[in-house]
Amino acid sequence: METFIASVVSVAFHGLAYGMVLYAISVGLSITMGLMGFVNLAHGVFAMAGGYLVITAMAWLGLPWLPALILSCLAVAVASTMLERWLYARFYGASELEQVLFTMGLIFAAVALARLAYGPLPHAATLPPMLKGQIELAGRAFPTYRVFVIITSAVLVALLWIGLERTRWGAMVRAAVDNRGMAQSIGIHTSRLFTLTFAVGSGLAALGGALGSDLIPMTPTYPFEQLVYFLIVVSIGGTGTLRGPFVGALLIGVGDTACKYWLPEFGSFFIYAATFGILLWRPHGMLGRA
Amino acid sequence: MAASGNLQGYAGSARLRPLELLPWVLAIATYFLAQGYLALASYVLIICLFALSLDLIVGYAGIVTLGHAAYFGFGAYVAGILAVHCSSDPLLGLVAACLASAVFGAATGALILRTQGLALIMLTLAMSSIVFEVANKWTGLTGGTDGLQGVPIAPILGSFSFDMFGRTAYLYCLAVLIVGWWLVRTIVYSPFGRALVGTRENAARMQAIGAPVYLRRLLAYTIAAALAGTAGALLTQTTQFVGLSVVGFELSGEILVILVLGGVGRIYGALVGPVVYIVARDYFAKQSPDYWYLGIGILLMLVVLFARGGILGLVDKAKARFS
Repeated sequence: METFIASVVSVAFHGLAYGMVLYAISVGLSITMGLMGFVNLAHGVFAMAGGYLVITAMAWLGLPWLPALILSCLAVAVASTMLERWLYARFYGASELEQVLFTMGLIFAAVALARLAYGPLPHAATLPPMLKGQIELAGRAFPTYRVFVIITSAVLVALLWIGLERTRWGAMVRAAVDNRGMAQSIGIHTSRLFTLTFAVGSGLAALGGALGSDLIPMTPTYPFEQLVYFLIVVSIGGTGTLRGPFVGALLIGVGDTACKYWLPEFGSFFIYAATFGILLWRPHGMLGRA
Repeated sequence: MAASGNLQGYAGSARLRPLELLPWVLAIATYFLAQGYLALASYVLIICLFALSLDLIVGYAGIVTLGHAAYFGFGAYVAGILAVHCSSDPLLGLVAACLASAVFGAATGALILRTQGLALIMLTLAMSSIVFEVANKWTGLTGGTDGLQGVPIAPILGSFSFDMFGRTAYLYCLAVLIVGWWLVRTIVYSPFGRALVGTRENAARMQAIGAPVYLRRLLAYTIAAALAGTAGALLTQTTQFVGLSVVGFELSGEILVILVLGGVGRIYGALVGPVVYIVARDYFAKQSPDYWYLGIGILLMLVVLFARGGILGLVDKAKARFS
């Protein structure tokens, strides 16, 4: 009994950490899909860029871990605004096939560049000694780093929710998600709003990728391999919302960890089967609006 | 998208134009002139059939799928498992794989096609991931990550055995591809094919004039799955091997890229794309696979940005300029 409880606690803890990372990465995808109606398969590229840039900033610039993390998120956010202005904006309102193909081309190019720059083997950033080791909580030991990941992500989620529910920017984003034409006609500069929101989403994805490189290792094929998970989180939760992907991410995080712990012989089968079922039951996601 | 421009171009008359025989003349010439490359050429023919099946649903019915490799892989595994456990007759395996993929395509398509947009794309992705996971984990049947090696294959009709130069394999693939091409061509020029284009252009209006949109799309999806499964079975039989790469997401993406490169919604794009893509890959990827993928990524973005009709679209433009 004691071992069973221990394994339940362990699965819940690691699932929570995984879910939080998935949420940080996917929430930007959910907002851009809801806002621009854009099927951005290349969202994982931003997460990968975040993870790799931290490593580069530490190795080349000699920065400590935390400044490297902040710097790389900002760099990804700035780079993504250029990508959005010059390339993505051409595809708003284009057919799904074109959006899918364009972002797939982006993935191909990013994967090749990552492999040229970093080689095929997984990388991980060296963590500061403070985040290594374990923490004792209620008589159980938890890895410090994952506790840090959960807390950081929770703080970010709270900030994002406050930003979207309580600020002027948030009100404009919600208005544009609900009815873009109407928002535009009452004077909201939607294309600038899109760019800003896109940058926030990409920066968050970079942060999620960098924070989560301990759970999801950084390899050049990251955008391809993790794509299914990000898309699942967004689509089962519902696009254009903050709560939808949160529920989706926790469900997938805990569910995937539990399946891999108790039923490793089935791999990710149940996750995919659950996704299939949920999408048939509610094509717009569990919390999505029709 | 690209396809809407050529409604007059190719659908003007269903009669076979001389230019449409050119691919087959070239294919037969390849058999005599490039004997050392027949294994690669057979692979190109198989991918042509696969791309043709995708063109039917993406180009004509307008269904964007990220999971078409599931049917290719399903057919490949059916042919492989059948050959290992029951009979190694190639034609029997081919027909079985075709029918099994059709049934699988109808069953999954009936669910997938009830949705649209992002949900539809996600369902195709989830479905192909499930197929991948089953192929990966059911090692007793599929061989898991090792795949099925040394799949036995008997001579075709008991008399044409598969030689080590790949001559029989090449002609076998060519014959099946021609049958597939004729089938798709007939479908595209039939009233059913016109109705498919109608559902792609405006599903609501098709519904309003009394066309059963869902059933039309489902039938197209089933036929495409059957053709993809047949192509998969050909790959198993000619290489005597089935591995996990035939059901992967990468293949689903790659076949879309190949089709778009050739030209979507015009049948012959599915024959041009694989030739260019696979021959170029065979040449460049040997020298540097990373630069190959970088190049293909950039090329794909350029095609979507500037040349939405693919290679054949560019040919059309050039012809229009010079005439």
